[in-house]
Amino acid sequence: MIDVQTFNTLGEATQAVSSGGRYYGGGTLVMRAINYCAEDGLDRVVRVLDPSLKEIRMDGNRLVLGAGITMSELIKNRDAEFLSNVARAVGGPAIRSAATIGGNLFAPHPYGDFATALLALDAQVITADGSQQALDVFLTSRDHFSGIVKAVSLVVPDRGAFRFKKVSRVKPKGVSVMSIAAHLPQSAGRISNAKIAFGAMGPTPVLANAAARALEGASLDEATADRAGAELKNDLRPHDDPIATAWYRLEVAPIHLKRLLLEGGQ
Amino acid sequence: MSSMEFRKEYFADERDDNLNEIGKPTIRQDILGHVTGRSPYYDDHLFDGLLHMRCVRSPHEHARIRSIDTSAAEQMEGVIRVVKPDDVPNNLNTLLSLINFGRDDEALLQGTKVAYVGEAIVAIIAETELQARAAVKKVRVEYEVLPHVLDPEEAMKPGAPVVSEVYPNNTFDYHDLYDHQKLRFGDTEKAFQEADHIIEGKYQLSPIEQAPIETGGAIAAPETNNRYVCYTGTQALFFSLGTTAKLLDMPSSRLHFIGGTVGGGFGGKVDSLHEPLAVLGAHLTGRPVKFCFDRQEEMQVGAPRGAERWYIKDGVMNDGTIIARQFTGIFDAGAYSRLSPYAIVKGTGHLPGPYTIPNVSSNVYCVYTNRTPATAMRGFGITGVDFAIEAHMDKVAVAVNMHPIELRIKNAYRDGDMKAHRRFAKNTALIECCQVAAEKAGVRLSPEMLAASSLQGGGEGYRRDIPETVTDQMGKIGERRRSEISIHPGEGATTKGRVAAGVGSGSSIAVPAQDADMVMESGRNGYRGPDTGLNPDKPSNGHATQASTPPAPQPTYQPPQAPQPTQAAPQPPTPPQQPAAPQTPAQAAPYVPDKPFDKGVRRPGVSRFLSGSRRR
Amino acid sequence: MSKKPVQFTHNGSAKALFVNGGENLLEMLRRGVGDLSPKYGCGQGTCGSCTVIIDGEPHLSCLTLAETVEGRDIQTTGGLGAGENLHPLQKEFMEGFAAQCGFCSPGMLMAAKSLLDRNPNPTRDEVIEAISGNMCRCTGYNAIIEAILRAASQLQGRAV
Repeated sequence: MIDVQTFNTLGEATQAVSSGGRYYGGGTLVMRAINYCAEDGLDRVVRVLDPSLKEIRMDGNRLVLGAGITMSELIKNRDAEFLSNVARAVGGPAIRSAATIGGNLFAPHPYGDFATALLALDAQVITADGSQQALDVFLTSRDHFSGIVKAVSLVVPDRGAFRFKKVSRVKPKGVSVMSIAAHLPQSAGRISNAKIAFGAMGPTPVLANAAARALEGASLDEATADRAGAELKNDLRPHDDPIATAWYRLEVAPIHLKRLLLEGGQ
Repeated sequence: MSSMEFRKEYFADERDDNLNEIGKPTIRQDILGHVTGRSPYYDDHLFDGLLHMRCVRSPHEHARIRSIDTSAAEQMEGVIRVVKPDDVPNNLNTLLSLINFGRDDEALLQGTKVAYVGEAIVAIIAETELQARAAVKKVRVEYEVLPHVLDPEEAMKPGAPVVSEVYPNNTFDYHDLYDHQKLRFGDTEKAFQEADHIIEGKYQLSPIEQAPIETGGAIAAPETNNRYVCYTGTQALFFSLGTTAKLLDMPSSRLHFIGGTVGGGFGGKVDSLHEPLAVLGAHLTGRPVKFCFDRQEEMQVGAPRGAERWYIKDGVMNDGTIIARQFTGIFDAGAYSRLSPYAIVKGTGHLPGPYTIPNVSSNVYCVYTNRTPATAMRGFGITGVDFAIEAHMDKVAVAVNMHPIELRIKNAYRDGDMKAHRRFAKNTALIECCQVAAEKAGVRLSPEMLAASSLQGGGEGYRRDIPETVTDQMGKIGERRRSEISIHPGEGATTKGRVAAGVGSGSSIAVPAQDADMVMESGRNGYRGPDTGLNPDKPSNGHATQASTPPAPQPTYQPPQAPQPTQAAPQPPTPPQQPAAPQTPAQAAPYVPDKPFDKGVRRPGVSRFLSGSRRR
Repeated sequence: MSKKPVQFTHNGSAKALFVNGGENLLEMLRRGVGDLSPKYGCGQGTCGSCTVIIDGEPHLSCLTLAETVEGRDIQTTGGLGAGENLHPLQKEFMEGFAAQCGFCSPGMLMAAKSLLDRNPNPTRDEVIEAISGNMCRCTGYNAIIEAILRAASQLQGRAV
């Protein structure tokens, strides 16, 4: 039987997690693991009722999103409207009532579409002990993380500078063949400091740095998009899974990136 | 509500339009339960003290089991009983043994050698599902991993690993003679020489999981009368009942099976994997036991539609007439027979598809590999080859520069045509389907094709005849494993036989009824066929042999519009394969059961009922 | 690791019972409450047959820890309507052949109801989106979508 511990503060909960408890966010990952007895040593589950996990606020020029915010709560929030399409791409409506922003950072391949978007937006991960870490660094070591994510923060992108696309075989809800997020800040028609992230193209969402560099200083035209697409083979190391082979994913990634760059997101 | 369109201009005189239900929208009789959440699926019966069963499953495609250590699992919290292979009273079965088809090849719990990933070895019964799952992880099985084979053509080759000792050649034995099901009709080899075009194709289907939303499962509980009640999601209640009785060596009168409400099956719930284990669990613990697949098991262990590979070779004339079609079919049965060998017999009867082709030959193989055993799925035995045939028809259309719909109409079977399995085609409607499909798709058909009808031209000339047929004896059981031989019909045969036109080489075999009471009076079921010798008033040896049967008269087709009230046309001879397999004459001695019939109520009033009162 | 008490509202009536640690809401509703309308189809959030409505939102009961529903309001198809008093959704599912084996229907109905409760006049695309997490393997989705749209019209008092 599994011991469920419920705490009122993040501090107490963090202590329980660091001593081996499994943190329960929205439940979509933990309950699957419990139902299938899929994780060894999963005998203690830690819940926390701290309201700070649901906060959405501005901190200077950064938008702070509480880790406990669900996808459906985010869709309703006007301050985060630029992310509502991303939140809609996660699961079906019932999954979205439970799945949280914090949980999506830990969603295993091929899930994690929301984390892909946050990665392109250069998000910072704020943990319950107050420390901060860039999301790309956090993702590489997420399997060894033994704390609680409290929030993520990011700079709100200029209107139209953020694009997101989820490629799946079943519409409207299907598992990702890949998801692509691109932050494309422009000045005088030229792209600067672009970031492109791919989901379902590796064990975690990953940045496509070489492709992003190919966009630097260019305008969004077909030749630029082709140049960026050609770099993807250097950026991405996808795996075979029941949804698609690695070969197929690499083959179609440049096409989907090109559509995202030239035609916008979903 | 209905978006169905009735094309009443077709076959109007064969149909009664004054029916109360057929052709009219109707509301399902069980739908009120569905929309109120009250339809009783097997899992919707609550029992106090319900126990949960989970299986230890093979992680290997092929491995010998060296040892099984359940001691740690037995110590786990909540564990009530560990069920091992030795606990199964009669631990070897094949599904179709209930109709005397095939040899027993599969254990309920495998104790010696596993042959696919997910094969069940040990079952754990615990108070909760999570406890059963935790205990499953504590069972230590020591394996000696063996080489495995996953491709059926590889499995047929000399030297391929033996998947099952019951079928040491990795192929099902057909009619105790061949490693494949043969069909020979006419002379395809000669027709290929006469054809203007030879068009070949290779088609392949991957396994398809039926994926019902309700996963397979059963709950069994002891009843007060020395019987067991079993609620099950099976699609085949009496199969499951018979299989359970056999595996548990228990008279079926002690098994009270309740099914009927199935949360989707599509063929995937006929394998009777759950009921025997659930009843065994109830028997061993005296308590209600639930055994079901989770979604992962439903996908990995639950039997899919098997993989199939088809080679088709057509001889075609310039005008699009197909004069010969040769098939080589390979069914991947997975590790055990289940329903695959039978699917092949059924599929062979379907060849060459809904077309009239005067020369047809086919070899179809049921091959064992170290993959999940395959079973039924919608259109069982037919769907795979139909995909291959229709894909091939399109290829032929391109080769002869015809529209694919016109090619189909040109070669379509019509009422009265002789099919390759030596039955007349009747109630055919392919031509009309093609005409309507063309109309819907905006395809303009030639006047000749628009004028064609399934009711006209059938059975004319060669279309009515069983042609002179060339036979061969390639592919005897075991031959292929000694040295590689061709898989294609007749290829490499040194001796060939000939069977005269109009005569089937086989014979219809009828087993006499064991009891005069079981003889059905012909006519009571509407059958007006020839006397089969089944009538006990007329002594008969009950079967005909080729030697003693005079050649059947040339069969004539009776169109359905003109039924003859007295004596219908003699049935054509029925050779399902050829040459005929040697058949053992049916036993003349009356049936005597080897065990007295047990009604299951031995100690009236004595309850084995420990728990498990139904609450709802 | 004792059992925990949970109190909640189930189809309008107050319930209190004890749950095992790690028990999911689906198990609690079926074995604890005896409401057999939510179904187990996957235990991992892919099929939607266990969908229930918690505080107005659709949730997958197999992925919800039972004790998290403390103080909350749960609706299931078991409480939607029965006998003569069927919900328009149920009537339309019946008459429009929107169920065959019926196993997905309770979840499908809850997904549809939570849509119509929030959006009484949905477009076809919104209906498709609302049931996108619910799988049906028999009927096909079209009859279901049509039934939901007709039920919406009925609830709006429009002629169907």
